[in-house]
Amino acid sequence: MDERIRDDFPILRRHEHGKPLVYLDSAATSMKPSAVIEAEADFYRESYANVRRGVYELAAAATDLYEGARAKVASFIGARPDEVVFTRGTTEALNLAAWGLGETHVDPGDEVLVTEMEHHANLLPWQEMARRQGAHLRAAAVTQDGELDRDDLRRKLSPRTKVLALAHVSNVLGTVNPVVEIAAEAHRAGAVVVVDAAQSVPHMPVDVRELGADLVAFSGHKMLGPTGIGILWGRNDLLSELPPLLTGGEMVREVWLNWATWDDPPARFEGGTPPIAQAIGLGAAVDYLRAIGMDEVRRHGEKLTALALDGLLGRPHVTVYGPRDPKARGALVSFALAGIHPHDVATLLDQEGIAIRAGHHCAQPLHRRFGIPASCRASFHVYTTPDEVEHFLAALDRAWEALR
Amino acid sequence: MTGYEEVILDHWRHPRHKGRLPDPTGSAIEANPLCGDVVRLEVRVEGGTIADARFSGEGCAISQAAASLLTELIVGKPVAEVEKMKDEDLLSALGGVVRTRLSCALLPLRALRKALASGAQRTSPPGEV
Ligand SMILES: Cc1ncc(COP(=O)(O)O)c(C=O)c1O
Repeated sequence: MDERIRDDFPILRRHEHGKPLVYLDSAATSMKPSAVIEAEADFYRESYANVRRGVYELAAAATDLYEGARAKVASFIGARPDEVVFTRGTTEALNLAAWGLGETHVDPGDEVLVTEMEHHANLLPWQEMARRQGAHLRAAAVTQDGELDRDDLRRKLSPRTKVLALAHVSNVLGTVNPVVEIAAEAHRAGAVVVVDAAQSVPHMPVDVRELGADLVAFSGHKMLGPTGIGILWGRNDLLSELPPLLTGGEMVREVWLNWATWDDPPARFEGGTPPIAQAIGLGAAVDYLRAIGMDEVRRHGEKLTALALDGLLGRPHVTVYGPRDPKARGALVSFALAGIHPHDVATLLDQEGIAIRAGHHCAQPLHRRFGIPASCRASFHVYTTPDEVEHFLAALDRAWEALR
Repeated sequence: MTGYEEVILDHWRHPRHKGRLPDPTGSAIEANPLCGDVVRLEVRVEGGTIADARFSGEGCAISQAAASLLTELIVGKPVAEVEKMKDEDLLSALGGVVRTRLSCALLPLRALRKALASGAQRTSPPGEV
């Protein structure tokens, strides 16, 4: 990766406690290149209007930009534009999926299958849906190595399983789940497959058709794009069966006082004025990532992860969670220092300008599975350098010395 | 490295009054679900004075050091005085705490207030603490 990439991210010039910011929390949210910031600002400055409703030229121009962003995202993931629904983020996308599938695919006594490694965003919508439908929620186990227990998943998959929802890449363990194989097994059992791709689409090439899933969710803000914009991709025939989560303006055909007919996807799922500038910003982020190349993004992530893993595994007082092989994981590493609370580690690193995450990373059941209240996580993106990872490892030694 | 003042490191490494009281008059547990910090504070009040106190629990250095320091601050003091203790009093006794960690530092004080309110020998009506 070309070091000059850092110049594209204005915030990386920031200092924290008098030290240059070393931002190692990209799995929570990524920083934005000027191209994204400017795309949003330019839209407000030059082409701003509401979309889909105006008869005047400016509205048509805004709509073109908005739909152009949809087309960019679609081509980025190997999809058709009419299969790409703009949402507020992964959380809303998964809630939309759970609501729609609950209404149409799940009856009392049916089962919904998730895994122990899910982010709360891919757990709670299914909990709620199962409760509403009188269905049972089951969870496939995670092994001590942080892999999905494939045998347990197979055991829990049955003709009663109407939905399987799982992460492509775990936001804590980093594990890359073999979605292609798992989706095939789930389809044989007759389940709809929903994939939380919040940690994969930003970091590796993802083609939704090759993935074999039926619905795929991800967030713009983790892939160098703005907050407030995310995606639910769905097979068009499946999306066409699903009811909307949000009803209101712009998602209907005919409205009478006591009934209405829904528009086709994706408009059906985009009730109200959408996050227009954010969608356009996301389009710019996709352009930026494609210019680098997702293969290169992935290589860079793997290189940094290998470096961090090597350093962490070489320190006997450090426990690393998840697979040991950088090729089997996303661009993040979770870990703990023996006898030291993760928040203490994060606070000490913060004093050196290094931002890492500490906590349960919205995955309480997974932390319970490993018998820990919290963990530390360092995560990377295109602007992260090997020097920063080395700096982080050295600071970790100082934190260890300070608190051991 | 800064951020952890000597007093915090000292109490973290050498906790005072750690353990359980055999005969507490007040006791409370407070937990911080976000990070898993847990602090139990037990007090024995005799004649309007805190005769003894113990803390137990687990969690980060800041919450555990704050609990240890807090017990030192209150033992031998009149309950009426301890009840007036403010958040800032504990924070400054700790030598200052970064703002991202205030909830850890104040966990033991929350437990103390509950413990005093739970005790039989209350000196102020419930709700005032
Ligand atoms: C795996 C995973 N799923 C879902 C989410 C939720 O994404 P968002 O907060 O953007 O809706 C995140 C991010 O925190 C995540 O890492």
